[in-house]
Amino acid sequence: MRGPKDSGPLRRIPEEGLLGGVAAGLAARTGRDPTVIRLALVLVGLVTVGYAFVAYVLFWLLVPVAGADSSIAARVKEDRRGIALAVGLGSMLVALLVLVGAIGGKWVGTLGWPLVISVVGLVLIWRNSPASEQATMRHLVEPLVGLTSDRSRPGIGMRLAVAGVSLIAGVSILASVHGRLNLWPLVGVALVIGAIAVVLGPWWLRIARDLVAERRARIRAEERADMAARVHDSVLQTLALIQKSADQPQRVTQLARAQERELRAWLFDGRAPGSLDEMSLAAGVRQIQQEVEAQHGVSVEAITVGDCELDDDLVALLAAAREATVNAAKWSGEDVVSVFAEVEPASVSVYVRDRGKGFDPAAVPEDRKGLAESIHARMARRGGSATVRSTPGQGTEVSLTMPRRAGERQASRT
Amino acid sequence: MTAPSRPRVVIVDDHGLFRAGVRSELGDQVEVVGEADDVQPAIAVIGAHLPDVVLLDVHLPGGGGQLVVSALKAEHPQVRFLALSASDAPEDVIAVIRAGARGYVTKTISGVDLVDAVRRVAAGDAVFSPRLAGFVLDAFASLPPADQAAPSFDPELDQLTAREREVLRLIARGYTYKEIARELTISIRTVETHVSSVLHKLQLSTRHQLTRWAAERRLI
Repeated sequence: MRGPKDSGPLRRIPEEGLLGGVAAGLAARTGRDPTVIRLALVLVGLVTVGYAFVAYVLFWLLVPVAGADSSIAARVKEDRRGIALAVGLGSMLVALLVLVGAIGGKWVGTLGWPLVISVVGLVLIWRNSPASEQATMRHLVEPLVGLTSDRSRPGIGMRLAVAGVSLIAGVSILASVHGRLNLWPLVGVALVIGAIAVVLGPWWLRIARDLVAERRARIRAEERADMAARVHDSVLQTLALIQKSADQPQRVTQLARAQERELRAWLFDGRAPGSLDEMSLAAGVRQIQQEVEAQHGVSVEAITVGDCELDDDLVALLAAAREATVNAAKWSGEDVVSVFAEVEPASVSVYVRDRGKGFDPAAVPEDRKGLAESIHARMARRGGSATVRSTPGQGTEVSLTMPRRAGERQASRT
Repeated sequence: MTAPSRPRVVIVDDHGLFRAGVRSELGDQVEVVGEADDVQPAIAVIGAHLPDVVLLDVHLPGGGGQLVVSALKAEHPQVRFLALSASDAPEDVIAVIRAGARGYVTKTISGVDLVDAVRRVAAGDAVFSPRLAGFVLDAFASLPPADQAAPSFDPELDQLTAREREVLRLIARGYTYKEIARELTISIRTVETHVSSVLHKLQLSTRHQLTRWAAERRLI
């Protein structure tokens, strides 16, 4: 997962992270391996007796997710109940700390404060993070829940016994250290940590493995879907055109040759079909206009307001717009298609309209990939949206909107 | 002012073939009283016939269409101009509109739509093709909104209202006035008012970006 160094502002990448994606974000920002960053964080955490974890939680709260503008902290401000809950829990822990501190054991103070801050932070994050991040967190605390409900697992008794023994040993050492050698508290802490690790370790390992596997599967599925959409847009379209022009050998040859060139460029040079080699959004719209006019013999009225550079999201937007334009050219029965693209500060919208025969969007068969896969899914994968308004007899309008990224994040995935 | 049932029209275009084409497309819906193929002949023909509407090519051998408009506007304010062009370099279109034309359509427009546009212009309304709407949105969208580059004498003129923007957007998306009225649940008359008000702003705004914008359509 080693990516190129990224120059944008720091962003969390929850889908690549184990917790909140802070380490993944740092990794993308510095161009290092996320695992190295994670190990470093843990080491620093041990050395600073927990304060690195506090820093992690603060980053989690304050750094927005990649592609979003606002952080969790921005939402916290509105969450009065969450703040109350966090303050209540925090004060309870503080009271407990003071109590324990009074009885003895100064180490409690040093370990305790980061704990309190982290717990308060995590409560706020829990209440205000988006659903996907909550799912990850729920996954992480599962073993604690499982401890009380799920007793049938093999080895649980053994593990609990070992944990219990070391816990008792650790606590009794801690309790008896008053005034003795300074080395002993450390042994106690180590035993307590060991106890926790013995009980929860296997779960955490399994979770980590699950997360990695799930992420890989998701990436593979997305790649497959992207590829299917591209093959549909290029090869399948051309084959359809060839069937239609079967009586014009010249045209068939021309189409086949163009498709061959495009396919070669994709397979061997890694240039996506219909790819936009340069360029800006307006140029991309112009290219769609020219190509659809040339291939389908309709006239495309293309109008753009504003312009901006293309990133992966906008390339996907253009690909969807292209598909919508081709659909209008093929099915509407009209010979004019209007394409209107507007670049606004926060988003880019494209409207593709025809005054043709229209259709019932609900009645499109499942296997027609054009609308579902090349337009809706393609936009959704990038965080955009697509709506189709069509009235039989009055034409169709496809509206596509893609939010613009705050910074130019060139992710390592393509 | 009431629209004459058959508007009297002069066609100004340097291509004879195109003039003939427009003449036949307009058919007997309008009365074509004269034709001209360049700036000077056009000024003479229009001055002689005083038509209701002049269909004016943006590009003429002797200069841009705006020369014709500015030469006649002061003397014959009742003559209305509808700009036409094949290619659409925004600066030319904006120039002819700012000179005083009441609208702009592309030469690919259908005969029915052209007749409709001529009637509208004859009735004193503004006619915005989708393309012109796009240009205008673009021109007014070029930031900064509060004109910092040059002192603005009339901020009202330098900005579009949210409603005007909405109307322009729908025009750019290919909606007819009727469809816009339905979409926004307002009357067609109100749509026309918005468009006229935009035209007014376009012609009178001293906004410094507007004059400069077309030449350097910059990235936002």
